[in-house]
Amino acid sequence: MMTPRAKPQRPDLTAPPAKMGEPRQGIVAFIDKNRRALSALLVFAAMMLVFIILGPSTFLNPLIYMAIFRTLPIPIILTSSLVFVIVEGEIDLSFGSIVGLTTWAFAATAVAGWNPFFSMVFALVVGGCTGFLNGVIVTRLGLSSLVSTLGMSFLLRGLIHVGTQGNGISLTFLNDTPFYNASVGSVWGFPVHMIWGLAFAAVAMLLFNYHRFGVHICCVGDNPQSSREMGINVAGVKTLAFIYVGIASGMAGVLSGLNNQMFYPGSGEDLLMPVLAATFVGGTPTWGGVGTVVGAVIGACSVGVIEAGIVAAGVSHLYKNFFYGLIIILAVGGHRLNEPQYRI
Amino acid sequence: METRFLELKNITKSFGKVSALDRVNFFIKGEPEIVALIGDNGAGKSTLIKIISGVLQPDSGEIYVKDEKVDHWSVVKARAARIETVYQDRALVVQQTIARNIFMGREKTGFLGFVRGREQSVESDRLMRTIGFTSQVFSSDSVVAKLSGGERGGVAIARAMYFDADLLILDEPTTALSLTESEKVFDFVRKAKEGGTSCIFISHNIYHAYDVAERFIILDRGRVVREIDKEHTTAEQLVRDLQEIAHSGRRPA
Repeated sequence: MMTPRAKPQRPDLTAPPAKMGEPRQGIVAFIDKNRRALSALLVFAAMMLVFIILGPSTFLNPLIYMAIFRTLPIPIILTSSLVFVIVEGEIDLSFGSIVGLTTWAFAATAVAGWNPFFSMVFALVVGGCTGFLNGVIVTRLGLSSLVSTLGMSFLLRGLIHVGTQGNGISLTFLNDTPFYNASVGSVWGFPVHMIWGLAFAAVAMLLFNYHRFGVHICCVGDNPQSSREMGINVAGVKTLAFIYVGIASGMAGVLSGLNNQMFYPGSGEDLLMPVLAATFVGGTPTWGGVGTVVGAVIGACSVGVIEAGIVAAGVSHLYKNFFYGLIIILAVGGHRLNEPQYRI
Repeated sequence: METRFLELKNITKSFGKVSALDRVNFFIKGEPEIVALIGDNGAGKSTLIKIISGVLQPDSGEIYVKDEKVDHWSVVKARAARIETVYQDRALVVQQTIARNIFMGREKTGFLGFVRGREQSVESDRLMRTIGFTSQVFSSDSVVAKLSGGERGGVAIARAMYFDADLLILDEPTTALSLTESEKVFDFVRKAKEGGTSCIFISHNIYHAYDVAERFIILDRGRVVREIDKEHTTAEQLVRDLQEIAHSGRRPA
């Protein structure tokens, strides 16, 4: 039997409550809130510094940035949407093939005489529907997203090969049309699609940080069981993120098709690895619940300059992949050191 | 008969071949009351609580809120009936801020669904202080993973508190809490009842349960085996009842 014990003093809840800590202000709070993005910025700055020291003639010349900006918007758009899927605890490996599919959708309808604007809308719809399919497979059938989106990637690429019989479609007939100039033209030498890419990333950042959608993404990735108990539609939120990646792939597909002036059956194939790397180099961890869109954009810039940097530094091109890998591993290692310390 | 706030009739639930609840009847009075669910491990306490809060759907049986039958009972419908749950795992997302946890699933949103972060922070701050969370180190923008176990429990209770519940469900609220922390939780339960909120809770500490609750429901292997008001029993009697039930259930070797 238990021995009787003295009752502990009850806290007086009617007393005026003591003040809780004030939210931290100023630079400390800013660093604490944005530590992952800042970590990505540090990686980028360190890399640029090395490149400028090793190849000053290349990296102090604005022309190289104009060249990089021509290809950079595509990874920026993809990575800032991919953050949503990774933070919710899933992965999407099919976006490269969705880019191919949507470029095809855009090119085929534009060649058939559609107004290119409607072709673009069609490409976005195709991307969104494919993303929806991914979401349904993952959430309703309960398949692992790693495996099912890998399968989807092969499946879509196969569809493209069969559908096009391996033939590309030239888009040169769109050159210098108003649609072309508004999408991938230049303003004083600055590529317009870089503006579209940054605009997309800005919207993604707002959604991720301040919108209910982004908050739910973080909750679901943090703890799906808790989210379900608090009434969040976990399957719905996850599916939405896949749709978001699909639409982003559609936008990337249209821009890359116009930029290359050509659809070819391998469109988007070479995007998978750099975009995934950009997301992780950008400071979004693999375990879900936390991430950063701003960091991912910086990560895309980092990955985007690696190749030019290696060439400019005078290293043989054969070393390219080696340094690619080294930089990715060093970056992720750096982020690991920067993770906040929690109680378990 | 007076209106009952909540009534469950003939609730049956099984997981595969394991029967968790077998034709359970359960009610909460119209007047605020504190009910303790007690019973051995595997008696079905947690399952019953999950059914009341809408996380699990019963295989068969009926649920009435204020004498009106509700079909397709769910978390959303339970919330609409002002039933709030503090889960054993506390349903927290620990990498997020206190404010995000308190408003999780029910964010205050404004223009185009954007969250009103400032408002949520201020409101969370007030709630955490009302339940006696007086830390100087943490603010409502602090990440929950930095809090201690008891403090995390406080976040879960503050969340239930915000939505003015008529019925508060606490699934083992004091497990893994120190004595002082447990007292805090039960003080809160008493305070909530004074304010017109009924409470159901599971506790393994009979003395604790006896101290707080007014009605005890003993479950054993999926059935309600005894239902006692506080004036008809003592803590010692409850312990004896529980032992008796546990022994009677033992199959002969």
